[in-house]
Amino acid sequence: MFLDEHQVSNIALLARIAINQKDIGDYTQDLSNILTLIDQLQNAPTANISPLSNPLEQSQRLRPDTVTETNQRDQFQCHAPLTEQGLYLVPRVIE
Amino acid sequence: MHRKTLADIAQGLAQKEFSSVELTENYLRRIAEFDRTLNSFITVLPEHALAQAKQADQLRAQNKAGPLTGVPIAHKDIFCTTGIKTSCGSKMLDNFIAPYNATVIEKSHAAGLVMLGKTNMDEFAMGSSNENSFYGPVKNPHDLNRVPGGSSGGSAAAVAAGLAPAATGTDTGGSIRQPAAFCGITGLKPTYGRVSRWGMIAFASSLDQAGPMTQTAEDAALLMNVLAGFDAKDSTSIHKPSEDFTAKLKTSLVGKKIGLPRQFFAHNMDSAIESAIQNALKDYEKLGVTLVDIDLPTTDLAIPAYYVIAPAECSSNLSRYDGVRFGYRCKNPADLEDLYMRSRGEGFGHEVKRRILIGTYVLSAGYYDAYYVQAQKVRRLIKQDYEQAFRQVDFIAGPTTPTTAFPLNNKNVDPVTMYLNDIYTIAVNLAGLPSISIPCGMSQQLPIGLQLIGNYFSESDLLNAAHRFQQTNDWHKQLLTQSIR
Repeated sequence: MFLDEHQVSNIALLARIAINQKDIGDYTQDLSNILTLIDQLQNAPTANISPLSNPLEQSQRLRPDTVTETNQRDQFQCHAPLTEQGLYLVPRVIE
Repeated sequence: MHRKTLADIAQGLAQKEFSSVELTENYLRRIAEFDRTLNSFITVLPEHALAQAKQADQLRAQNKAGPLTGVPIAHKDIFCTTGIKTSCGSKMLDNFIAPYNATVIEKSHAAGLVMLGKTNMDEFAMGSSNENSFYGPVKNPHDLNRVPGGSSGGSAAAVAAGLAPAATGTDTGGSIRQPAAFCGITGLKPTYGRVSRWGMIAFASSLDQAGPMTQTAEDAALLMNVLAGFDAKDSTSIHKPSEDFTAKLKTSLVGKKIGLPRQFFAHNMDSAIESAIQNALKDYEKLGVTLVDIDLPTTDLAIPAYYVIAPAECSSNLSRYDGVRFGYRCKNPADLEDLYMRSRGEGFGHEVKRRILIGTYVLSAGYYDAYYVQAQKVRRLIKQDYEQAFRQVDFIAGPTTPTTAFPLNNKNVDPVTMYLNDIYTIAVNLAGLPSISIPCGMSQQLPIGLQLIGNYFSESDLLNAAHRFQQTNDWHKQLLTQSIR
């Protein structure tokens, strides 16, 4: 299955990953090769087979809806890129 | 001293032949001497380790020691360690100091194990050669021009070179077993859910599992006694009665059956590997095991299914690395979008980006059913194949890898060629089964690994089968007299 560079650029945008223009050709080739590999799944005999997401078929364990975490904001934020008054700072979003 | 197993060390400490401080100093010296060449550690912790060792010696003096108190260990740099850099082999986390301990680390500390340092690995556990690390490739101690395997390459190389008597690794598609095979050590991937994933940086949440990488099966059993167990903080952790994984080590194998999948042996196997595996199987027959031909018809679907599911899960798990709250942030972002795009574009290496992109694609609108749901259906077919096989046999055997350790910078070129390395290991993760790799031969001075796969939660039986084999030969001792130059 072959992708073109435009498709790869769209996927990169969805994934929020900047790809340099000089690298886009290589990524396009690599992704096309990988998709050729995974296209082998199309002929698998999966009629009447239900998908398996957890290998032991576990259900998600539930717990009581009570607060168990303590506030560790200061500890978590001491390694953050940029903070102020307990907030994580990012470039302006709303104009 | 550096060739002592965990069992030897535990006995030596108990009998006061040496202290934990002496042992730890010895390993730290070896790391200082040899690791510039091997590059198996990202972070070495001399002060932390010696403080733990001193405390261990004090506990021993007070008769308050457990069986492994004071025993040194190395941990793959995928486990969060409080106050200590935890990089996952990536530029994205090069500045990350973990604020908590992974459960694997907590349990190790509680058992009195002395943490020598954090080992090198393929970035975010994605790779089969340890060439995808931000911190440079790891060298195979058997041949410094070759890879140790990956992604737990640092742990495998450190144990093989005698820089640590044991290490932890993680395995999502073979990342404990394959480097164990390439480096001539023992590596066990437990059943999914056996060992807590709390604090273990996630790659593919339905596939990841932590396990021991050791010199012997006996040591792997000793370490499993520390690592395994239910953890309420891991929602996929399994409740099982407490188990001593060493209890059955010496049990006779008479009457056991080993299945040989026709599909494994149909592939054009390297002749030296085939010969080593056949010799190993003859050794098992001498131990009273019966060999049975079996079928695993979905064998060739495992790699394609994995390379849909694992990238899909990784694209979701790695979306948290956005440059906002922790980890790498690009300089001078123009706007929020630019912050995300360049932090992730600059912070991740090529293999990680490839897998995120594939994962994003197979989960995207219009492709989700054709790829992701289809792969999940194939996953059920694979699981059913193994369940069917385990109605007939106790273990399934084959080579761990199709080749011995390949040269550095060789398979780096084409990702798909690298992926095909995982042919024997990958289905095990999809099915969630336990599996062990043990040394069974050498080819041109490079180790060959035999893989045994067991039924769900049969780690004690796997370790028994591995231990009895290791009592009949010296393949797992091949590094005893070699030095690294």
